[in-house]
Amino acid sequence: MSTQPIATPAVKSAPPQGLHSTLKQFLLDNMVTTLFLIICALGLWVSGLPLTFVISDLIHRISRNGVLILALLIPVMAGMGLNFAITLGAMAGQLAILMVVHWGIGGVPGVALAAVLSIPMAVLFGILIGKLLNKTRGQEMITSMITGMFASGLYMLLLMVMVGSAVIPIVNPEILLGTGVGVKDTVDLAIVSRAIDNLWSVSLPITGLASAALMLLYYGSKLLAKQTTGPAQARRSGIKLGLIAAVAIAAVSGWIMTTDSLLNMVTVPVATFALVALVAIFNLFIITTKIGQDFRAVGQDQHIAKVSGINVDRTRIIAMTISTVIAAWGQLLMLQNLGNLRTYGAHEAVGMFAIAALLIGGASVSRATVGQALIGMVLFHTMFLVSPQAGKALLGDAQLGEFFRAFVAYGVIAASLAMHAWKRTMATRKRLLS
Amino acid sequence: MEKLRTIVKEVGLPRIIIMAFLALLIVLAAAYRIPLVPLLGAVMTRTLINGLFVLAMLPAIVSGIGPNFGLPLGILAGLIGLLLAVEWNLTGFTAIFVAMLTSTPLAIVVGAAYGWLLNKVKGSEMMVATYVGFSFVSLMNIGWTLLPYRSPVLRWPIGRGLRVTITVADFFQGVLDGFWDFSVGGFVIPTGLILAFLIPCGIVWLFMRSKTGLAMKAVGDSRQFAEASGLNVDRYRILGAVLSTVIGAIGIVVFSQSFGFIQLYEAPMFMGFAAVAAILIGGASVRRASISNVIVGAILMQALLVIALPVAGKIIVGGIGGVAEITRIIVSNGIILYALAQVGGGD
Repeated sequence: MSTQPIATPAVKSAPPQGLHSTLKQFLLDNMVTTLFLIICALGLWVSGLPLTFVISDLIHRISRNGVLILALLIPVMAGMGLNFAITLGAMAGQLAILMVVHWGIGGVPGVALAAVLSIPMAVLFGILIGKLLNKTRGQEMITSMITGMFASGLYMLLLMVMVGSAVIPIVNPEILLGTGVGVKDTVDLAIVSRAIDNLWSVSLPITGLASAALMLLYYGSKLLAKQTTGPAQARRSGIKLGLIAAVAIAAVSGWIMTTDSLLNMVTVPVATFALVALVAIFNLFIITTKIGQDFRAVGQDQHIAKVSGINVDRTRIIAMTISTVIAAWGQLLMLQNLGNLRTYGAHEAVGMFAIAALLIGGASVSRATVGQALIGMVLFHTMFLVSPQAGKALLGDAQLGEFFRAFVAYGVIAASLAMHAWKRTMATRKRLLS
Repeated sequence: MEKLRTIVKEVGLPRIIIMAFLALLIVLAAAYRIPLVPLLGAVMTRTLINGLFVLAMLPAIVSGIGPNFGLPLGILAGLIGLLLAVEWNLTGFTAIFVAMLTSTPLAIVVGAAYGWLLNKVKGSEMMVATYVGFSFVSLMNIGWTLLPYRSPVLRWPIGRGLRVTITVADFFQGVLDGFWDFSVGGFVIPTGLILAFLIPCGIVWLFMRSKTGLAMKAVGDSRQFAEASGLNVDRYRILGAVLSTVIGAIGIVVFSQSFGFIQLYEAPMFMGFAAVAAILIGGASVRRASISNVIVGAILMQALLVIALPVAGKIIVGGIGGVAEITRIIVSNGIILYALAQVGGGD
C-alpha cells in the first residue's frame, strides 16, 4: 500500500521531533518497501540459499532488468501512469535482434546494430501508443495494457504466419520452423550471447572499491561546492549518508578481498551496469531540460499546462516514445544476457514485472524515482529468487513459493492502483465539498 | 454517402471490419467446400456455453461500473462449487444444482466486497478490476494447492494439491447439453443448453424492467443525476457487481459441464477479457448495453473463432494452431481498445 501523496508537496510537513518518531514517520512513509524488506530478509533466511549465490544471481538480474524498469519513469512523470505498453518496446527489441541473428551479425556489433534497428520501430510504436492514449485520457493504464496484448497478437501474426511465407520470403532453417513458415518458439541467440556482459567483467570486491571511490569523489565534490538549492540541513545529511555508505562499501569490499570468500569469484558485468547507469542519468538529466519540465507540468495538471502554452498532446506522445525506445534497448540487454529468445513469450510479462518491482520500491502511479526503481529491483528480484526455496522449506513445496511470488506481483499492482484511485476520489470529493 | 457515413459511425468501424471478416470467412469456407453444418453446431454450442459470461457484463455495464474485467472472481466462486459437487460424488442434475447453489452465496459475498472496492475507485474501475481479478486467480493457485478437498478424482495421485484439469465425464458431463435434445436433419438442438442461456437472459431482461433495474440504469447513466433524485448510487453499483459475479459463477458451471473438464489454476485468468470483447462486438459500449448486445456479441465472437480455424487450415501452409489464437487476441483486444477510445477523447 503506497503512502505517497498524489502530488508531492513542495514543503514536507514538519517532521516530528526525536529519533523514535522520525523513524516511525520514515517507516510509515515507506510502508510497502519496509514490508518487502522484511519479506525478503525472512525469505532469505528461511530458504537457506548461500549468500554468494543470491548476490551473484541478483547482480545479473539487476543488470539485465535495469533499463526496462527505468523505461517506466518518464510516463509516470508525464501523468500517464504506469506504462504497461513497454511490452511494445520489448517487441521492437526482439524484432531487431531477430533481424541481426538472421543476418548472422554477432557480438557487440550485432547488439549495437539491433539497438539502432529497434529505434525506428520503437519510435513508431511509441507515437501510435501516445496518440491512442491521448484519445483515452483518464484510462491510460488499461489502454496501455490492452494495447500490449493487441500488439502481441499482431506480433504473432507477423512472426508465425508471415515470416517465411510469400509476404516476407526469408529462408533460414536456424530461425524458422521445419515447414519454412513461422519463427521457432525458441531462437538461439548464441552469436550475441553476453556480448555486452562480457565486454568488461570485474570481480565484485574490485567493483565495490571502484564504486566507493566514485561515490567519495561525487559526494566530496558536493561537500566542497557552494550550496545552491534545497534546505541546507537535508543536503548536508544526504552528503553525510553518501560518504558513510561509500566508506562502508569500501571497507566491506576490502575485507572480502582479504578472505578466501567465494564472493571474490563473483563477477560484475560493468559495461551492462554502465548502460543502466547512463539511462538512469538520462532520466535525472531530462528533468532539468525544457521537455522534462513540460512532462512534469503536464503530469501535474493538463489544463494549467495547456494554458501556459505547452502542447499537451505532443508532450505526452514524446513521453511514450522515449519510454518505448528505452524499453526496446532494455529488452536487448535482457536478451543478450539470457542468450536465447522465447519468441512468443519473452515480452509478455516484461511490463508487469517491471511495474511490480517499481511499486515495491515505493513508487506510486503518479510518482516514481530512479532510487525507487533501484531499491525495487533489488527487493523484487531477491523475493523472486528466494521464493521457491522458501516455499519448499516452509511448506514442503517449491511450487507454492512460485505461486506466492506471482500473487505478490499481481497483488502489489492491484493494491497500488486501488490506493491511487481511492486517494484520487477522496481528493475530488474534498474539493467538491470545500 | 452521408447516410453511409452515419451508419458507419453508429455501428463503429471495427464492428464493420469484424463482420466483413466473418462474412469473408464464411464465403471462403463455402468456396473450400468445408461442411458448414458441423461448424454451425460448434458455433451454437460454444455461443451457449460462453453466453453467460457475456451476460455477466450486462449488469456491471448498466450499473455504471463498466465492463467487468474482474469476472474471474465469479468464475473462482463457481469453480469452488463445482469442486464441492465432485467432492461429494454427486452426478447429473443434482451435481449441477448443488454446484450452482453452493457457489451463489460465495459469489454474493465476493461480489459485494468487490462492488465496495469499485465504489472506492470510481473512474479507474477497469484497471483495478483487472488486477484484482489477476491477484485472486494467483491467490487461488495457492488455494488449489492447500484446500482440503479429499476426492482422488480431484487430487494429484502423488504430490500436493488439486489437478490442473479435472474430468467430469463420470459425474455430470453433458447433463444440460443432453437435456431434451433433438435432431433436425443431422443437426442437434441442445434444448437444455439453450434454456440454460436464455432463462438467465430472460431473468436479467425482466430485472432491467423492474423498479430496481430501472433505478440501476439511472445510476449507470448519470451518477450525479441519480444522486440528486435520491438514489443510493453506491448500493446499486454493488448490486451490479454482485449480479455480475453470480452470473459468472453460474456461467462456469454451465461451461464446465459441457466442456467436460473443470480447469483450475491459470485457466480463469483471461476469461474476463473474452467476455468483455464479446459484448462490445455485440454493439455495447462501456457505458451502455442491452440483452441484444449480449446475444449478438456472443454469437459473432464464437462464429469468428470457430470458422477461422478450418479456413486458415486451407489457406496457410504452416502451423495453423496459432491462427485461432491470433484471431482471438487481435479481435478481442482491438474491440476493447476501440471502446476505450470512444469514451475517452474529449478534453
